[in-house]
Amino acid sequence: MTTDHTPTGLIGASIRRVEDPVLVAGKGCYVDDIQLPGMLYLAFLRTTYPHAKIISINTNAAKAMAGVLAVVTGEDVKQLNIPVAPMVQDQKIPPHPLLARGAVHEAGVAVAAVVAQSRALAQDAAGAIEVEYEALPSVIDAEKALEPGAPLAREELNSNICYVATKKGGDVDTAFAQAEHICRMHIASPRQVALAIEPRGIVVKPEPTGDLTVWLSTQAPHRVRGDLATALGFPEHKIRVIAPDVGGGFGSKGPLYREYVLACHLALKLGRPIKWIATRSEDFVTTIQGRDQAMTSELALKKDGTILGLKVRVVANLGAYLYSSTAGPPQRMMGMAPGSYQIQNCHVEVVAVFTNTTPTGPYRGAGRPESVLNIERLIDKAAKELGLDRLAMRRKNFIRPEQFPYKTGVGVEYDSGDYEKSLAEAMRLSDYDKLIRERDAARGRGELVGVGVSTFVEPSGGAGFESGTVRVERTGEITVLTGSSSHGQGHETSYAQVIADKMHVSMDHVAIRHGDTLAIQQGVGTFGSRSMVMGGGSMTLAAERVIQKARRIAAHLVEAAPEDMMQADGGFAVAGVPEKKVTWRQIAAAAYGGRVPPGMEPGLQETVFFDPRREAWGFGAHVAMVRIDRETGKPTIEKLVLVDDCGVIINPMIVEGQVHGGVAQGLGEALREQMLFGEEGQALTGTLMNYAVMRAGDMPHLTVGETITPNPFNPLGVKGVGEAGTNGAPPAVANAMMDALAPLGIDHIDMPYTAPKLWEAIRQAERRPAARS
Amino acid sequence: MAAEIEFAAVPIKVTVNGVKHEAVVEPRTLLVYFLREHLNLTGAHVGCDTSQCGACTIQLNGRAVKSCTILAVQANEAEITTVEGLAREGVLHPVQEGFREKHGLQCGYCTPGMIMTAVSLLETNPNPTEEEIRHGLEGNLCRCTGYINIVESIRWAAEKMGGKNVSR
Ligand code: FES
Ligand code: FES
Repeated sequence: MTTDHTPTGLIGASIRRVEDPVLVAGKGCYVDDIQLPGMLYLAFLRTTYPHAKIISINTNAAKAMAGVLAVVTGEDVKQLNIPVAPMVQDQKIPPHPLLARGAVHEAGVAVAAVVAQSRALAQDAAGAIEVEYEALPSVIDAEKALEPGAPLAREELNSNICYVATKKGGDVDTAFAQAEHICRMHIASPRQVALAIEPRGIVVKPEPTGDLTVWLSTQAPHRVRGDLATALGFPEHKIRVIAPDVGGGFGSKGPLYREYVLACHLALKLGRPIKWIATRSEDFVTTIQGRDQAMTSELALKKDGTILGLKVRVVANLGAYLYSSTAGPPQRMMGMAPGSYQIQNCHVEVVAVFTNTTPTGPYRGAGRPESVLNIERLIDKAAKELGLDRLAMRRKNFIRPEQFPYKTGVGVEYDSGDYEKSLAEAMRLSDYDKLIRERDAARGRGELVGVGVSTFVEPSGGAGFESGTVRVERTGEITVLTGSSSHGQGHETSYAQVIADKMHVSMDHVAIRHGDTLAIQQGVGTFGSRSMVMGGGSMTLAAERVIQKARRIAAHLVEAAPEDMMQADGGFAVAGVPEKKVTWRQIAAAAYGGRVPPGMEPGLQETVFFDPRREAWGFGAHVAMVRIDRETGKPTIEKLVLVDDCGVIINPMIVEGQVHGGVAQGLGEALREQMLFGEEGQALTGTLMNYAVMRAGDMPHLTVGETITPNPFNPLGVKGVGEAGTNGAPPAVANAMMDALAPLGIDHIDMPYTAPKLWEAIRQAERRPAARS
Repeated sequence: MAAEIEFAAVPIKVTVNGVKHEAVVEPRTLLVYFLREHLNLTGAHVGCDTSQCGACTIQLNGRAVKSCTILAVQANEAEITTVEGLAREGVLHPVQEGFREKHGLQCGYCTPGMIMTAVSLLETNPNPTEEEIRHGLEGNLCRCTGYINIVESIRWAAEKMGGKNVSR
């Protein structure tokens, strides 16, 4: 790892993170580390019945307890709701109160809240509240929720459907009429918990000026501030949201949550600071969860494997309430159904459904992993049905490099790609042919070994704009203000590399500031693999504008023509006369000291709001080899090769770290993790004792490779990579598992591939006479 | 915590990172909250309520313990080291350095617990195999890194320490 801080050549260097000295010393500052004088604590009583009418609530005992300052129920805050803007036409948006009003619809709903002088007292008092419920029938599974006679998840609606959205491209009917073969598949992705190790939390302080300061474990301080202002009916410009160190998010810390609004409301009412930190058990059932989509597809094919058309129907489980982003992930399929293949005739229907479960929303990938899983399993299944080689079938249908920018049948334009190249690299790194020989030899011995491949695309960026300000200070040091705040991605390092490289200074001349709405211009936040694409893009454009202005000031100072000024180490120099140098410090002194060229505005700061109006389409190829113990069903990943193409790489060490982390979560989905609810909606896997998160001993060895296809539509040439592991790895593993089980005649099992599930499938298959081998 | 609350106060004496403290605590106060809220040592983090995540790991009388699993009163008369106490005169402990060198952290929330577990591991086994490191981390969860670089970080520290125990 290099620590070479030379001014240029910083882009592409594995520089150790500038964040780390503080964090490894235990000196980080997360929300729960903030203590304020006179601070009170908020605690909740959550429902015992996931779906029920509330008959009565008795708060007298709680109110009478010493140290309790407030006890509130839904009736006390009935004017307050979670604001949700519709994303789809005719979308139903049922009320989302902060505390239950008359009924509860999922296990995480709070019935009452308590503010007290200590955490423990608040919890004790919440426990002293008595509630009488009348249980209502629940519906948990989204497909079952669509059946006639299914219980209503939200009794105020007349069906469980939140919205139906469709996308149609080309001529699907003709494609299917001409098909020589139709491959049909039903597949479901398990519900996962994001499980940031730092639980959600807030500290809020009403200021004597009437302002509100909020420290929040969030991925999107600016967005949340806007929503908070709307929810409270409080002026946005009087709210300051600070995202201090944030202990992971993975999508789940994007939205404004009920507890946050209530904490602010009560702090304003009581005139005292309030802290609320979720317990892990609370976090499990109150934080948006991910996946939980069932997909039914038909792929129209020619006998030679040419894809003619695709129909996909998604049934997505939204849970019982909508957060701002809940309706989003299922819609991904409308842009991603064709994957990396030339599919012009395509029809996607998304049916989003309410159930009596925790609300879902973006979780690392947010609809991408589901889309990739669908098309990648479908290709393997179709190849098998047609008796074709699955790689040959992929190659036959790949969008070819010369076709970019390529518009798919669902109307999305991919920027650039070379899918053949990443597949070839993955085959080389995995020694694919050898893996196949090993598999065949193992198969000959009656062992269950399989090899699987996924060749996927991965849209990143998006979600509107991102902002970046580059300011040269009076002393020539550089401050960057970005709307994209970090929760572990290493922004302070990667962004500093970009700006130091562009401005020809050393990294310690650049400070990256983020996560404070008082300091930073309006921004969006960090999610959807957008940081380098959008945050990096905006600050690069801002830096270019600063450089342009500085060039003119420098030229003015040495009485040269601006075109003759070249960027040089630490500033500018006259072309051909390197000793005629102007440093950033001299330029800044001129910019703030009235020595700018005539007609030029003083100062040296530029802000860019960057919106490329398109996403950046990263891609990759993952290869997995798995072994399933025939006796116990226990699966082992024997090899996992990941080739990702995220365009230009700023910091390879950080990119590889993102791949590792994504793969760990993807393997969690493939092998172990599933959030389960009982028939009444009670959380069955609501603690770390029964939700099987990946531990150190569960991670296989990874081989990480790359190809680099620069993004022609981005100032840095970059694409996102944060979700590569959750997108590409699960389908590669799924394809490998099904390959391993093929000799037993098994052609479909949904993730996660736990040992008991595989054991059961193997036993069943062995009981079928034909499958005995 | 707020002085107005009445509780059966229990006096305790502990030495934390070499500094002696005397305090009066509520009997039910967990050690992790005592460290965080009474002593302002916020390096030990709380990540769960079932003793599963290890984010709160500290050393108690030389052994790694999850500070959410014991009461402050149980630590009476104990010697405690937290992540804040690892650096010597501003020089990071090799394990802390290793985490930086090998990108063993992303969000940093699990990191103090990981580091304290690793320090204890290397004290009992100065030259662990990869298997032994992974096994040693069974009680610590990280959701960001996929553990690979954490294992690398600890290997790096073991090599740097050359099999020697430098932490005390
Ligand atoms: S907080 Fe102690 S183990 Fe999780
Ligand atoms: S670095 Fe984020 S949980 Fe480990």
